[in-house]
Amino acid sequence: MAANRYDAVVIGGGHNGLVAAAYLARAGKKVLVLERRHLVGGSAVTEEIYPGFKYSVCSYVVSLLRPEIIRELDLSAHGLDLLPLESTVTPLPNGDYLARWADHDQTRRELYRHSPRDAEAYDEFGTLMYHLAFAVKPILSMVPPDPTSLSPADLRSLLKLANHFRGLGEEKLYPLIKLMTMSSADYLDEWFETEALKATMSASGVIGTFLGPRSPGTAYVLLHHYMGEIDGAFRAWGFAKGGTGSVSEAIASAARGLGAEIRTEASVARVIIENGRAAGVALESGEEIRANVVVSGVDPRLTFLGLIEPDELPSEFVQAIKRFRIRGSSGKVNLALDALPNLACLPGVGPHLRGAVSISPSIEYLERAYDDAKYGSFSRHPYMDIVLPSMIDPDMAPPGKHVMSIFVQYAPYELNGGWNDAQREEFGDAVIDTLSEYMPNLKEIILHRQVLTPWDMERDFGLTEGNIFHGELSLHQLFFMRPAAPWTDYHTPIKDFYQCGSGTHPGGGISGASGRLAALTMLEDM
Amino acid sequence: MLRTTPFHPRTGPLCQAKNWRRWAGYVAASSYELTHEREYHAIRSAAALIDVSPLYKYSVRGPDAGRLLNRVVTRDVDKCAVNQVMYTPWCDEDGKVIDDGTLSRLGEETFRLTAAEPNLRWLRDNALGLNVTIDDVTDSIAAVALQGPNSREILKHASDAELDDLRFFRLTPARVQEVPVTISRTGYTGDLGYEVWVDAERAVSLWDALMAAGEPYGITPAGMLALDVSRIEAGLLLNQVDYIPANKALLETRKSSPFELSLGWTVALGKDQFVGRASLVEEQRRGPASHLRGLEIEWESLEEIYAEFGLPPELPTIAWRTSVPVYSNSKQIGYATSGAWSPTLKRYIALAHLRAQHAELGTKLAMEVTAEHQRKSALARVVTTPFFDPERKRA
Amino acid sequence: MSRPYDAIVIGAGHNGLTTAARLAKAGLRVLALEGRDTVGGALVTEEIHPGFKVDAACHQIGALHPGVVGDLDQALGVTPDIVRSDPVVFAPLIDGHPLLLWRDPIATAEAIATFSKRDAESWSAFVELISKAAGLLEAAYERTPPDLLSVDASDLWSLVRLGGRARRLGKRDMMEVARLLTMTAVELLDEWFENDLLKGTLGATGVTGMFQGPMAAGTAYMLLHNHVGTENGTVRSADRVRGGVGVLSHALRDLARSCGVEIRTNARVTRITVKDGRAIGVVLANGDELEAERVISNADPRRTFLDLVDPLDLAPRFVRQVQNIKYRGACAKVNLALDTLPSFAVSDPALLGGVVSISPSLDYLERAYDDAKYGDISREPYLEAVIPSLADPSLAPDGKHVMSILVQYAPYHLNDGTWDESRTSELGDRVVKTLAQYAPNLEQIVLARHVLSPRDLETDFGLTEGNIYHGEMTLDQLFFMRPVPGWARYRTPIENLYLCGAGTHPGGGVTGRPGYNAAREILKDVKRG
Repeated sequence: MAANRYDAVVIGGGHNGLVAAAYLARAGKKVLVLERRHLVGGSAVTEEIYPGFKYSVCSYVVSLLRPEIIRELDLSAHGLDLLPLESTVTPLPNGDYLARWADHDQTRRELYRHSPRDAEAYDEFGTLMYHLAFAVKPILSMVPPDPTSLSPADLRSLLKLANHFRGLGEEKLYPLIKLMTMSSADYLDEWFETEALKATMSASGVIGTFLGPRSPGTAYVLLHHYMGEIDGAFRAWGFAKGGTGSVSEAIASAARGLGAEIRTEASVARVIIENGRAAGVALESGEEIRANVVVSGVDPRLTFLGLIEPDELPSEFVQAIKRFRIRGSSGKVNLALDALPNLACLPGVGPHLRGAVSISPSIEYLERAYDDAKYGSFSRHPYMDIVLPSMIDPDMAPPGKHVMSIFVQYAPYELNGGWNDAQREEFGDAVIDTLSEYMPNLKEIILHRQVLTPWDMERDFGLTEGNIFHGELSLHQLFFMRPAAPWTDYHTPIKDFYQCGSGTHPGGGISGASGRLAALTMLEDM
Repeated sequence: MLRTTPFHPRTGPLCQAKNWRRWAGYVAASSYELTHEREYHAIRSAAALIDVSPLYKYSVRGPDAGRLLNRVVTRDVDKCAVNQVMYTPWCDEDGKVIDDGTLSRLGEETFRLTAAEPNLRWLRDNALGLNVTIDDVTDSIAAVALQGPNSREILKHASDAELDDLRFFRLTPARVQEVPVTISRTGYTGDLGYEVWVDAERAVSLWDALMAAGEPYGITPAGMLALDVSRIEAGLLLNQVDYIPANKALLETRKSSPFELSLGWTVALGKDQFVGRASLVEEQRRGPASHLRGLEIEWESLEEIYAEFGLPPELPTIAWRTSVPVYSNSKQIGYATSGAWSPTLKRYIALAHLRAQHAELGTKLAMEVTAEHQRKSALARVVTTPFFDPERKRA
Repeated sequence: MSRPYDAIVIGAGHNGLTTAARLAKAGLRVLALEGRDTVGGALVTEEIHPGFKVDAACHQIGALHPGVVGDLDQALGVTPDIVRSDPVVFAPLIDGHPLLLWRDPIATAEAIATFSKRDAESWSAFVELISKAAGLLEAAYERTPPDLLSVDASDLWSLVRLGGRARRLGKRDMMEVARLLTMTAVELLDEWFENDLLKGTLGATGVTGMFQGPMAAGTAYMLLHNHVGTENGTVRSADRVRGGVGVLSHALRDLARSCGVEIRTNARVTRITVKDGRAIGVVLANGDELEAERVISNADPRRTFLDLVDPLDLAPRFVRQVQNIKYRGACAKVNLALDTLPSFAVSDPALLGGVVSISPSLDYLERAYDDAKYGDISREPYLEAVIPSLADPSLAPDGKHVMSILVQYAPYHLNDGTWDESRTSELGDRVVKTLAQYAPNLEQIVLARHVLSPRDLETDFGLTEGNIYHGEMTLDQLFFMRPVPGWARYRTPIENLYLCGAGTHPGGGVTGRPGYNAAREILKDVKRG
């Protein structure tokens, strides 16, 4: 019995769970990761749904994977290879386009074509964002303090935070506060006049949220684009060789190398709680696994309302988790293509196909897409972020063939009448029809199409309501409110039970930050 | 694709070295020949033709053009007569330099401002409530610098301008073989020289006419490498090298005021309100914290350092533009931002930011040099700029 | 050499008058200049039809700063008679019975119970939360926002006291209030209630005057803002002034005069004179130049800095900040002279004495905003109507009535065309048509109609872009960000030039708070010399 006992059991083999396991194993702990599916990675998986074609089924770009995780877990030795996404092209309805390239001069010239003023503002904006990203960075790698607490540690932490912000000076502090409270459309309006530029930039502020570009609170995500730069990464957005699944596999390999045990097809039914402490988990199969601590990488709703008996938790906390907003808003379409798509605005093969194509011609376009979703329909003309992974990593498809990844917004989880097979196909058709307006040959080259609705994401990937961030990144669900105050420092109301998923600070994206911070917190307690 | 300048049909084939660099989104020749040596000497002893089209150029016109510029730049624009040119920096509200360039008064209400960095947004923002039109004419106006002792003779042959009457920092409209141009007696070499401004479409004709007229006078196309050495000799600053523009600086300490750049002479505190005035008044009262000065590195000291390794002094073959520490009694009191071996002066010279108390002319300091992979300090002396200032420049 | 005035106040709106009176009371020689022929700014009562008087623009007042009430009491011995209706809200449905909100939470809960038992049970706890949160805001509103960058001892003390007050709320309530500040009205109300009509009626206070729908973050804050200083337990209280809001303007004028303020009307200021970075007086439209030790502007920040001050006297960075202040007026006003009472489905006309709120659901409000978002007038607007003649028959001839309707959304920036006569009248038609769905006789009983588009609010009352708050009350334009970050303490980059209007903390509404706070800061500077 004692031999079977683990120091820690991790529920869910998503990237955060794997990161937490790796850090625990690194500290000499005996760790077991339990994954419901047949492969690890959670939403960060590569799967061959159609023979010969590899899809990064859900998550498709690696934006914010913490460089310290790559270093500390030596992920490159475990096969991680991040390739740059070079550009973003926004096709416009009038047949023109707006592009932002890897090269500064080229981007400036292109923006100048649309607005000389914007070309200049873009540089100054970049400088400011660089500053602000640097200012925010300490927060992202900090365990949130409890502002209502009078404990010396929390007060110290709060004071440190206050001093940090005061030290920024007016040129940074105020723009930062504005960034935290404004809508991306309004924030960008202060800088730019080109619609497509504002729209494409603000689109990054609404990804994964149930908000439109005019909704306050969407501006701060603009920072994410600049986060990469200050970490010495060469570019903010990258693509993992082998698809996003290879990120998970690299972390899993690192974790195994450090001694962690990973079991797939091991679905956890509940957390075993004895005398108010977590003592292990029970699997669907009935098997019980004992551990000193248990940590959950799944979202807060699933963790606290699915794996734990409600009477084990304070009712206030249950209430808080119930009202934790987790509405999914996006869908995903993956295509196997017989040939390269042809952009009407930039015909032929070109460097633009190695970057992202953004269907975001104007703020109004995005806002109308959002309006559909507000009232329970999927967007008739959705925002789409498209990449062709096979252009960056040829191994993703048979020679000469291609895969296309289309992130689609908005697709509300709570669709009027509910999601079913017919609705899914209709949604897929709306995506392909809209995209065909910009890529005239698209319909002729599709060999296979996979459509994921929020409902599919919930069922297949355990994402409650299909929310890709394990909970909306709205202002009152961030930092010391994520997922619910005061349980934001990876602890939970149950002793020896921790959380490490995206539903904790600092939240979504394949950053691994939650997993790492949770593991460090647990190690401190141990 | 990077842009090519309107002179590219000529400069492209001339560039044997295929040695190009970027300049404000354009390609510019670093050197035409395999070494830049002859191009440099053309500037100082004959005549050099330098394509300076990538400079940002703004046309500022209208009843309030003078008011706008007076608001933006530090010099007193009211004192700029028609057909006069002024060199001037301009500052942000804290009196820190954003950029510098030349301001040409083409008419009572017509100006042209050159800049190293884009400034359209800054100019337009400051034009609030003023009746003025600001256009970016960077692409539509080409410019070529004709510099060197023979430049006047060449232009006399090539154009109809009365050049004997054209004083330093004055301009005149003229024709070069039917091509309408503006000739200004300005340049970035500190020598006798002119800059010729022309509609982009007529650029090639201008180039051809100047090359033809200059042939007997030893005219030589020169690139950025030659220009860089001569501008250091002339003690002229380079944006993003000798100072960081205030609107791009990541740190407060990276910004410089005109006083700190030894451009105090350009600051007309007597004129009406202008951007940065309050801070500059205060700084003048207090005195700047640092100065940009000339440094001359002592040859004997260099010889001594290299002698240790059994080597003669190894000198930079081209101008450098990296930050190099400057010491006083082994304590760092500043940094040099660009430097070169001056073939004309036979001196190793540099431009350096020095703390005020170490910036007096004649102060003995030391600058870091790396000899045989080892960091050494070479003795250096604070000297006046320009390092090289021939009489013909103004004559 | 001293100047003839210690202070010139530009604009005799209620905040300008409040500041002027406070300064004069402290012994300063004060001149208040009003460009229009009457004082009070948007607080005016006008005769729109022979015998029919109505509050032309603003038709209800917030909770006046207690200090202002005290001043009025002390100087005049009387305060304007505030009409506090009960019920406070009558919210009808086209098909279904109306919802009534009463001053008494228990009565309200009973009314709610006819729609939802669950919601009725939640009511008292909700009211308590709103009161607590609004109480905390009130404490913040009494203070000058701290300067975050150079927090000195007294600022710190004020923050600590506020923090202390926040902590007294208790850990749970404090986090609750912190959450509220950034939430959307929809999120807040969805957590508490299930009935659409109730949520719509409460959500409406979160969007009043905002160019935002209830799904926008910050609208929960706005909901709280509208409850600052109101009596505990009353939600959506709408106080009016007997005789019209003009009565309050006149009282404030009389107060100012009694303190020694010289008031000149028809004296439009065209320029603030600045010398060496210091305000020394003003220039009037008629060319008169007046000098003063300091100048205080009740005009909104954009007017003050971009119209009245030479941009040369301001740093470009500051000008950019001022240009970036969002105004985007969202409201219009429709005033009606009525032959008889509108036929709302109501047993007793007295039930219409409060606000008639056309806000059947949060979706209704959001859809109304959707139209405006793209530059159209709401097809089905949110309406806040009052019939002041019910409680105050002197406002209309016998048996007849006046109705004052605040309309949302009417965007200042239309996507096609501008606010000309036809668009303005189109707006009037839509409002009457919408309201007629609830009071079928309305179209037949209108004797006169008076429509103020956002453009009219701008031209007639100097409200930039028709924004009734002198600048949007969005999260990024509040507290130490109002009017612009770094200049939230009533002072400006120009020495001796101050702001005292709703464009400063704590913002819009008829409270006198900005003016009261501004006077306090100005007097501090006067004392310092």
